[in-house]
Amino acid sequence: MTALAQDRRRYLTDHPGFLAGLFMSPAVLYILALVGFPFVLAIVYSFTDISTGNPQLDFVGWETFRRVIADPVFRQSLWNTFRFAVIANVLVVVFATALAEVLTRDFKGKWLVRFLILLPWVAPVSLATVTWLWTLDSIFSPVDWVLRQVGLITENMYWLGLPDLARTSVVAVQAWRVIPLAAVIVMAGLTAIPTEINDAVAVDGAGTWRRIFQVTIPLLAPIIAVAVLFGVILTISDMSVVYVLTRGGPTNSTQVLSTWAFIKGIEGGALGQGAAVALFLLPVLVGITAVVLRLARRREVM
Amino acid sequence: MTWAGTDVAALRLRADRRRRWGRVGLYASAIGFALVAAFPFSWAVITMFKQSSDLYVKANNPFWFNEAPTLEHVKYLFNQTNYLTFLRNTVVVGLAVTAITLVLALPVAYALARLRLRWGERMGIAIFLVYLIPSTLLFIPMTRVVNNFGLQESLWALIIVYPTITIPISAWLLMGFFKGIPMDIEEQALVDGQSRIGAITRVVLPLMFPGIVAVVVFAFTLSATEFIYALSFNKSSAVKTIAIGVPTELIRGDVFFWQSLQAAVILFVVPVALIFNAFLDRFITGFTMGAVKG
Repeated sequence: MTALAQDRRRYLTDHPGFLAGLFMSPAVLYILALVGFPFVLAIVYSFTDISTGNPQLDFVGWETFRRVIADPVFRQSLWNTFRFAVIANVLVVVFATALAEVLTRDFKGKWLVRFLILLPWVAPVSLATVTWLWTLDSIFSPVDWVLRQVGLITENMYWLGLPDLARTSVVAVQAWRVIPLAAVIVMAGLTAIPTEINDAVAVDGAGTWRRIFQVTIPLLAPIIAVAVLFGVILTISDMSVVYVLTRGGPTNSTQVLSTWAFIKGIEGGALGQGAAVALFLLPVLVGITAVVLRLARRREVM
Repeated sequence: MTWAGTDVAALRLRADRRRRWGRVGLYASAIGFALVAAFPFSWAVITMFKQSSDLYVKANNPFWFNEAPTLEHVKYLFNQTNYLTFLRNTVVVGLAVTAITLVLALPVAYALARLRLRWGERMGIAIFLVYLIPSTLLFIPMTRVVNNFGLQESLWALIIVYPTITIPISAWLLMGFFKGIPMDIEEQALVDGQSRIGAITRVVLPLMFPGIVAVVVFAFTLSATEFIYALSFNKSSAVKTIAIGVPTELIRGDVFFWQSLQAAVILFVVPVALIFNAFLDRFITGFTMGAVKG
């Protein structure tokens, strides 16, 4: 080691290895204690009949799962979680890609348009849902007023009062609030596409649509995958939209895993069953994790 | 005029026409997106200033002030509800969470972005994966843990738990910003006789200012949005944040209370959106840089 290099390592913190340990251990310990430990506990709870009334960890094997699955409301919640996520995220992909394409162009009043478009993402989800609760009100909904003026309906729609309409409303609100974030992610990808490629395509005489479908979308596929990933996680793990909009009703027709876990575990005090319900999100998350890891590995190869 | 058998003038005309229709389409879709995105919020803005005798008449045009606008319901929100308490709680929790997040995430991001660790990349991915474990999966055992430490019904529960959400994503964001600062600058400081810590605090951190601001905005917004933990830990209105306080206490069954409720949403959302909008470009660069292999 040269004198200079030796001189540089006057302090213990000048050693990269020591510094790395010093810098990383607080956050790693924090996460292990407050994510790792509860995560293990969530799995342990699902195999016990723990409740707020009986906080003992008595193992009952698969009994808790059996009881959870036997409940038709749970099966409805599982099915809803799945289809809400799929439909909402199909909408997200279509509209977020289009929106990102719009936002990367220059036009007058762009600042205002961008501000308005970002509102659904920036607003706390539960508060944004409160504005929808009023927009879809059973009597005073302005949507209904417009439909009445046009002559499409004569009375009210009851957006949140009829099972199919309530499910449609939940999906629409979920897509509505995820689209801005997804669009921002796709935008980041769009700006990363070298302008020479677009110029070359334009010189070759391709129109906007051909450019979008044959150049932009294939190049964007990985970043769209990232946007879907965020979208799926946000929609399957969110509880506030359903809780504020319908509380799972009418008659549990909009119940999802997160709200059902809350109703069982926190409101009903059946901690074991609540944890077991939430645990059904795990397969989806494991699948997403696999996709993330694959994307990360592909980036390494590139 | 023809060139190599093609009518150049006709081609140019067609290109012009396509461009013009492209502009029309662009404005139409921009306005369409903005309308849909802002629709419930604009309805909320109109509602918050409406008199009850105007609002609760089914035949009245909802988008028009059929009677003079009023501030009565905004005043009611501040004087007769716990709105200010919710606001204060949100700010206190947000600031504390942001501080903890910065203290813990900055060193991690620095180590992963600049120390050229052998397992650095893997660790970066591991941190990102923590972000994928949602609070929905953890809130039931977390509520027990919080109760066992006697932290329920207090802001401390939120201040301690929220960094588990903000640290992973902030570390990822900050990594991008660290990678954007040339290594030479830091090495020069080392050659000039600074210690590593000295080089970091005196040379690198000042350059990280944009990244730190981005994380402050991001962490604050995330903790203001969080719903499921807050709903599980805190039931008394003195310790509710805005995200749970407004939907659990200001929605009052059949009572006509909609104006104050919408005011509660708008008066929080609009300022936050203005701040967030100012930093959007930084988020985009931060995320893109975080994704670029360093």
